[in-house]
Amino acid sequence: MSSPPTSDDDGGSRPDSDASSGSGSDSDPESRSLLPETRWQRDVILIFAMLFGIYALFALIGVALDFDTNGILNVLREITLFAAVYAMLVLALNLHWGYTGLFNIGVAGFMAVGVYTMAILTASPDATAPGFGLPLWVGIVGGMVMSALVGLVAALPALRLRADYLAIVTLGLSEIIRLTFQSMQFSNALEDTLGVATNGGSGMNFPGTRGVVQYAFYRGGDRTSEPTVLGDALFGLAESFDVLPLVVLGWGYNVVLGIGVIAFYVLLVRIANSPFGRVLKAIREDELVADSLGKNTNLFKIKVFMLGCALMGLAGILWQGQTGYTSPHEFRPELTFYVFIALIIGGAGSNTGSVIGGLVFGTLLFQGPLYVPRLLQEGLAVAGVELGTPPNTFYDAVLPLGSLDLLPMLAYATASTNVSYLRFVLLGVVLILVVQRRPEGLLGHRVETAAAVDLSNRSRSTATDGGNPESTSPVDEHDQESTGGHSARTADDGHGLSAVRDDRDSSATNGGHDE
Amino acid sequence: MCMSAIDTLGRGNTFVRTHPSLSLVFLVGFALGVDLVHGLYTGRIPLENVSRLFWNGLLVGLILGLAGIGLSMTYSILNFANFSHGDLITVGAFSGWSVTYLLAGAGVTEFGTRLLIDANLNVTVLGDPVAVVAGLVLASILTILIALVVDRLVYRPMRDSSGISLLIASIGVALVLRHLVAFVYRAHTRGVTGSERVDILPVLEGTGDVSVNTATLMIVAVALMIGVHLLVQRTKLGTAMRAMADNQDLALITGIPTERVVTWTWILGAGLTGAAGFLIVLERGTLDFNIGWGLLLLIFAAVILGGIGSIYGAIGGGLVIGLTQSLSTIWIPSDFATPAAFSLMILVLLFRPSGLFSGVTTA
Amino acid sequence: MSEQAAGSATETGDRTTTGDESTVVDSPPPLRVTDLEKHFGGITAVDGVSFDVHEGTLTGLIGPNGAGKSTAFDCITGVYTPDAGTVEFNGEDITGLEPFEICNRGLVRTFQIARELEKMTVLENLMLAPAGQRGESLWQSVTPIARRGVAAEERELRERVWETLEFFEIDHLAASYAGTLSGGQRKLLELSRALMTDPDVVLLDEPLAGVNPSLEKKLLERIHDLREEGYTFLLVEHDMDVIMTHCERVIVMHQGRKLAEGTPAEITSNERVIDAYLGGEV
Ligand SMILES: Nc1ncnc2c1ncn2[C@@H]1O[C@H](COP(=O)(O)OP(=O)(O)OP(=O)(O)O)[C@@H](O)[C@H]1O
Ligand SMILES: [Mg+2]
Repeated sequence: MSSPPTSDDDGGSRPDSDASSGSGSDSDPESRSLLPETRWQRDVILIFAMLFGIYALFALIGVALDFDTNGILNVLREITLFAAVYAMLVLALNLHWGYTGLFNIGVAGFMAVGVYTMAILTASPDATAPGFGLPLWVGIVGGMVMSALVGLVAALPALRLRADYLAIVTLGLSEIIRLTFQSMQFSNALEDTLGVATNGGSGMNFPGTRGVVQYAFYRGGDRTSEPTVLGDALFGLAESFDVLPLVVLGWGYNVVLGIGVIAFYVLLVRIANSPFGRVLKAIREDELVADSLGKNTNLFKIKVFMLGCALMGLAGILWQGQTGYTSPHEFRPELTFYVFIALIIGGAGSNTGSVIGGLVFGTLLFQGPLYVPRLLQEGLAVAGVELGTPPNTFYDAVLPLGSLDLLPMLAYATASTNVSYLRFVLLGVVLILVVQRRPEGLLGHRVETAAAVDLSNRSRSTATDGGNPESTSPVDEHDQESTGGHSARTADDGHGLSAVRDDRDSSATNGGHDE
Repeated sequence: MCMSAIDTLGRGNTFVRTHPSLSLVFLVGFALGVDLVHGLYTGRIPLENVSRLFWNGLLVGLILGLAGIGLSMTYSILNFANFSHGDLITVGAFSGWSVTYLLAGAGVTEFGTRLLIDANLNVTVLGDPVAVVAGLVLASILTILIALVVDRLVYRPMRDSSGISLLIASIGVALVLRHLVAFVYRAHTRGVTGSERVDILPVLEGTGDVSVNTATLMIVAVALMIGVHLLVQRTKLGTAMRAMADNQDLALITGIPTERVVTWTWILGAGLTGAAGFLIVLERGTLDFNIGWGLLLLIFAAVILGGIGSIYGAIGGGLVIGLTQSLSTIWIPSDFATPAAFSLMILVLLFRPSGLFSGVTTA
Repeated sequence: MSEQAAGSATETGDRTTTGDESTVVDSPPPLRVTDLEKHFGGITAVDGVSFDVHEGTLTGLIGPNGAGKSTAFDCITGVYTPDAGTVEFNGEDITGLEPFEICNRGLVRTFQIARELEKMTVLENLMLAPAGQRGESLWQSVTPIARRGVAAEERELRERVWETLEFFEIDHLAASYAGTLSGGQRKLLELSRALMTDPDVVLLDEPLAGVNPSLEKKLLERIHDLREEGYTFLLVEHDMDVIMTHCERVIVMHQGRKLAEGTPAEITSNERVIDAYLGGEV
């Protein structure tokens, strides 16, 4: 195996090794492992290529179904919403499971805590389910903090459990949370004590993060009032393409979600490319080793669990904030499983994979199948075949199969609710196949080194050829911009391990020197 | 007398020290028991309520226990938490009742509506004994077939995978099974059994009676449990299964044909689970495609409470969970009955992951 | 105490100790184990073992399979909490501390069966080890300005890591996943990773098992160099030649107890040791 090619312009020449700075000044095209910077750029290109490919596909679907511009834009708006929400959720879950190996299948519950906290804090005191009427940002922060706190309560005892026990505990917790919000008795108790309510199974309205967009586009945030300068400009521009203000508003919210995804991604890539992320990986691989190497693994796990839960809460807030209405039915355990499917498709342990998994899942797997019936109808219509009204029951659809008449079964299978069942069947099959055949995810295995700098890139120029142990010697040490460093170096041995020790325990180091 | 009191105290002390969490459970249970007796005495808690809740809890507990045996067996022998277990219950319930309806309503309504259990036949055990028995037997058989097919397609290629991979795959299986059932039978909740209660067993004087359907459930459930007990204790297969549950590698070395044991595990586990699915409907009277999924976490609770891998634990755990869920409504709002059962499960996992009864039984 | 000071002057191998190291009798020994006990159910794995490891020495710990050596290591490094007895490190009682607390005090160990972090590269494995890295703080690793400091520290660490890799002759594997390494390479990885934590005392559980002879020789030389730099080693090893030629002191365990302790010469002539362990080998 060849050794990494030397590149001698590291150190002082590089201003900042920030993974997100994108400087890429010292990228080496032949380098086996890319620098964080260039890899980051490639990943972003990959993600956007994927996104636009999917847009093109759905735009084609829209054209095939004779949608007008507004219709197509609306289709794209909707898939963008799901793609973005799932990307954020998957990124958060990846921090737990992909990075740290914490098998949390209570995602929906932590989301519910964030969303409901936000809803209770911000809902108007006069609403059917009254809230505290606090500003939006208080709701967002409050929701995240509450999710993190519930995460802490769960984490403190649960993180020492085996993975499958942790899974059951988190799932149980998530169901307890959902059933609590489902409960009218709980809502009534809240109303009696705090004057706020959740309205049990009927759900509650709250201002929601869509308010941000409305404030940006309309004076006073009210859709009936005058548009702002920005709103005026955009609505005007849209009108010249016959695009409705409502569609513009919807895309405005997608911008908010897009910013959310970018923020999640940058945050998590930074964590991944850092010593913190390195410890997380080590915990995932072998917690006892991390512990034995001096890492307080429990503390790391608690921090990560809280952060991930807060992010799940935020993702939930941004998701439900799009309609400004939430109900406990949104937070069934299935939601957690969807996030898992998306993560596994993308490849657990990779942030870029997470985004792509969320993207693919939210669009192709989750929304895509719902367009199949209409596409099928259109296609058959072109061929001059009428699908007809679907039979009422499976039995009625099966009977004609005897006379080789497939149409009733097709009609039955593409009837609206049945299609959604088949979609879940498809999701299940995809999950099974990925776990069986491609456990590394769609992208295959991705090398994402947990370090803030490119590890293969050394400041000392070396002539390693792997075979000759004596071939290396330090030529220079121009990496002196760094603080302190290893000054006490033994003279006899160029590649001495003395560098391994620092000056902390000088008494021992200088004890018995070679004669 | 004084001596023996001290003696008892001393033994109690030792017990508290060796089983702190269990002691706490006993303490809480005791406190609630005292409160219950007091409530009954003062009339604060009506006796009929308690008796009704108790029976309810007992029945649910039996079902959970019966279904839990299968989950416990697959968990210990195949080494993974099977999240599709609840949907095997659904499969059993639908397939079994299809058969019962086909037989019970022959000539009365159309074949198709009977097959899809849409005929509303109000089946009772006394009314259609043959149909019910056939349904019960076929519920088991069909569930076994489905489980074996799933094992062949999904789990067998993954025998060497980690328990977590298998767990994730089982989530996929759960999605597939449940929604295939929904696709075939549609999503509506249907009334299945007859509602008239034939009172045959006066239970507590003047407080409640048990219908034939319920009595059947109890008798069949208990009979099946005894059957499993005999099978596991008395047969070579049972010995092999116990060996494999204890230590798979060792079982392999000692020449126990593990693949055959795995197959038998599915046969036994899925058979009981399918029967449980059929019996639940006998008691509830209604059926929809979420029936098993809704029970899954409660079954996990039962199995964990009893200690994973223990058949008797699953039965005991089922009863504890069923009774907890039911009787807890004496003290807490009914909406929190299920959360209470889940909380109990979480507490056991946190503080006594080997199960409530472990280390207590003499065996 | 005194017998040990006397004993360390005897040396049979090609190496000589500097003598004055072990004369520092006043300060407590880096590692002192007193009446250590560990039971697993009915099995008594460690049964009242006491010994000292002196500063700057290479002490051997030998004994038949199942003697309790690895379990003793586990108890010392916090993997298990001992059922009785104490472990003192540099005069401080560290019994029952968490492994990370013990490691951060400067006592590190390697595992008999190498526990590499499979899906991390060799580089990552080594980069993980150094203590007190700034970037291990969540805030520092995500806030833009602090991250520069983190990156600078990482560059610095990277140099140390490469030097270490080169020394252990696994630099050509730097970018490989640890899980793809051979058994011997894993041992080297484990040892180099342990040294990256900057320890005072290193407990080595059969570090040479599976390592090729030429590298074994080099490793032993290296251990001597490090020892002379002030490191202290406790070495479990079944190869009696290695123990006899390289260790100043040898502790013999048998069935959970300490059977004997002394210089290699004393050990080879000890009747009980010969009966229990050495048999016909020496
Ligand atoms: N986790 C454990 N559970 C039960 N018994 C154990 C455990 N760990 C070790 N033992 C037992 O403790 C005794 C000592 O084992 P230990 O691994 O310490 O021996 P050792 O001296 O390191 O042997 P070897 O030279 O083969 O590595 C053995 O009898 C072993 O079976
Ligand atoms: Mg050992």
